[in-house]
Amino acid sequence: MSTQRSSHDGGRGIEHLGIVHAATPGVLDTSHDVILYLENITVTFDGFRALNRLTLYLGVGELRCVIGPNGAGKTTMMDVITGKTRPDSGTAFFGQTMDLARMSEAEIAQAGIGRKFQKPTVFERHTVFENLELALESDRRVRKSLLASLDGEGSDRIADMLRFVQLADVADRPAGLLSHGQKQWLEIGMLLVQRPKLLLLDEPVAGMSDAETERTAELIASLAGRHSVVVVEHDMDFVGLLGGKVTVLDEGAVLAEGTLEAVQGDPRVIEVYLGR
Amino acid sequence: MGDSEAVATRPFLPRPRPAAPRAGKLALAGLALVVLVLLPALHLYTPAGSRLHVSDYAITLGGKIMCYAIVAVALDLIWGYGGILSLGHGLFFALGGYAFGMYLMRAIGRDGVYQSDLPDFMVFLDWKHLPWYWQWTDHFAWAVLLVVVVPALIALVFGLFAFRSRVGGVYFSIITQALTFAAMLLFFRNETGFGGNNGFTDFKRILGFPITAPATRVVLFMLTAATLAGTLALVRWLVRSKFGRVLTAIRDAEPRVRFLGYDPLPYKLFAWTLSAMIAAIAGALYVPQVGIINPSEMSPASSIELAIWVAVGGRGTMFGAVLGAALVNLAKSWFTMAFPEYWLVFLGLLFVLVTRFLPDGVVGLGRRLVRGRAA
Repeated sequence: MSTQRSSHDGGRGIEHLGIVHAATPGVLDTSHDVILYLENITVTFDGFRALNRLTLYLGVGELRCVIGPNGAGKTTMMDVITGKTRPDSGTAFFGQTMDLARMSEAEIAQAGIGRKFQKPTVFERHTVFENLELALESDRRVRKSLLASLDGEGSDRIADMLRFVQLADVADRPAGLLSHGQKQWLEIGMLLVQRPKLLLLDEPVAGMSDAETERTAELIASLAGRHSVVVVEHDMDFVGLLGGKVTVLDEGAVLAEGTLEAVQGDPRVIEVYLGR
Repeated sequence: MGDSEAVATRPFLPRPRPAAPRAGKLALAGLALVVLVLLPALHLYTPAGSRLHVSDYAITLGGKIMCYAIVAVALDLIWGYGGILSLGHGLFFALGGYAFGMYLMRAIGRDGVYQSDLPDFMVFLDWKHLPWYWQWTDHFAWAVLLVVVVPALIALVFGLFAFRSRVGGVYFSIITQALTFAAMLLFFRNETGFGGNNGFTDFKRILGFPITAPATRVVLFMLTAATLAGTLALVRWLVRSKFGRVLTAIRDAEPRVRFLGYDPLPYKLFAWTLSAMIAAIAGALYVPQVGIINPSEMSPASSIELAIWVAVGGRGTMFGAVLGAALVNLAKSWFTMAFPEYWLVFLGLLFVLVTRFLPDGVVGLGRRLVRGRAA
C-alpha cells in the first residue's frame, strides 16, 4: 500500500527494504514520526459536547502540555485515547496502524499507552513492590499469571524503579500507607515499568509540595525523547518548568498551540482562560 | 524503562514473605490428624455405649459442616479475594448435589417402593422412560463428570455475560439471587424430572456399598476432609500466585488494572467458574452424607446464609471461611433444637452485628486482639 515509503526507509533495516510496508498487528508503527493522531474527534454526553472536532497530533518523543479551563475536554480526551470513552465521530490512531476506537482499554495499555489518573490510583492493599510487580511489562494472560514468577531482570527493574521514585525504603509497606506525593510517584513508577511508548499524565503534581513538584517536573522532562508524553495541567508554573509545546483546549476543541510564551500572548487564550 | 544506567545498581533483596506461624502449621496438622484418623477410628472401633464413641450423628454433622466449609472457601475466593459477591452459590452446590443424586437414585435399582428400574418419582408420574438427560447416570464416573461440568458451564456462560457487560457490585449479587430462585422454581416442577419438591432421597448404596453403613459414612467423611484440605491448598496457592495479586487488584481498583493492560474478564471468569466447580463438588459430597437433596437448597435464603458464614468468619481469609461455616452451623444445630422458631431472627441479627462491628469477621477480631496484646 505505501510503496512510496521504501525509498527513504532503506537505511533502517532489512524489514524496511521490502516493497510492501506491511502493517503488523499489535506493533506500533511510527514511521511518519507521529505517535498519536486525533482527528475531528467529537464526544457528546447527553447533548453536551465534551469534545468538538478536536484535532491533535503528537510527535514521537514529544512532550506536550495540554491546558484549558474546567470542562474544556482534557480528561475526555485522555478517556478517548485510553479507550474508556468511544468517540461519536472522528478517528484516533496510535501510530500509523492502531485504531484506538476499536481497541479495549487493556489492549490499548498493552500496545504501549500508560495513563496516570488525576487522583492517584494505586493498589492500596498491595505492597509498593507488588504494585510495581503488577505493572511490570509481562504477559497479561491468566494462564501465564498462574505460574508467573519474577525473574532476575524483572526484580532488578523493580529495584531500579523503587530507587528512581525514592520508595525503596517502603517497598514492603502497603501502598495505602504512603503519603499523597509518594502515591503519585508510585503511580508514575508503575507507568514507567510498563515501558509505555506514550504516557498520559493527568495533573501529575496535584497535591504535591513545591519541592516534590520541582522533582516531578525534572523527572517528566527527562522522559521526553525516550517516551512521548502528554501532560494535562492547570498549574502554569509547572507547565513552564516542563518546557515543550502547549496546546490550549476550550469547549472541546483546540484554541491555540505553540510555546508557552506564544499561547500566553494569544488574545483568545487570554480571553477564555488566563483572563478569568 | 531504561533508567538502570542512571541509577546505581545494587542487588535487590527478595522481599520477606511472612511465613505462616509454626504454631499455626502444627495446629493444622493436629486438626487433620483428628479429622482423618481419630474421629473415624473412634466411630468405627468403639462400642456404641462407650464414652469415647463418636456417634453417627456427630460423623454426619462433621461431614456436613466440612461440605459447607468447602463452599465457604469457594465463595471466599470470589468474594473475599475477587470482590464479587455471589448470592447464588447455593445453586452450584445444589446442582452438584443433584448431579450426584442422579447416580444415587439409579443405584437404588429395583429396591425402591415400586420395584421399577425407574426412580420412584418417575413411576409415580407414570413416566415410561428415563428422560434423555438421565442417560448414563447409572455410571459413577459419568455422574462425577456431570457434577463438575454442568455447574462449570452454567457459571461460565452466566459469568461471561455478566462480567462482559461489566455488571458488578450489588447488581451482580441480585442477579445471582434471581438465578438461583429461577432454578429453584424450575426444580420444584415435577416435569423437570428431578423429583419436584421432594427431590431425591431414600438412597440405598454407593458403588455397591450400603450408604448408611458406618464404614461407608467414615469413608465419605474422610473424603470430605481430604477435599476440604485440597480446596484450601488450591485456593491458597491461587491467591498467593500472581493470579491472586491481579485478582485482589481487580477487587480494589479495577480501572487501574485495565489501564495496566490486564483484561479483568478472564481473571474474574476463571475465579468465578472455579469457585462454582468447587461448590458443586461440595454439594456432591453432601448429598450421600445427608441422604437428601431437594430444591430448598436453591432457595435465595440458603445462598445468603452461605455469604453470612464467610462474613462471620472473615472474608479474604481462608481460615475465616472454614471457621465461619463451622461456627454458624454448629450454632444452627443447637439453635434449631433449642429455639427452632428464632433461628432466622438470630441469623439476621448475627449478620447485622458482624457487618457493623466485625467487618473482618472473627478472624479479624482475633488479629486485632493479638496485635493489641503485642502493642
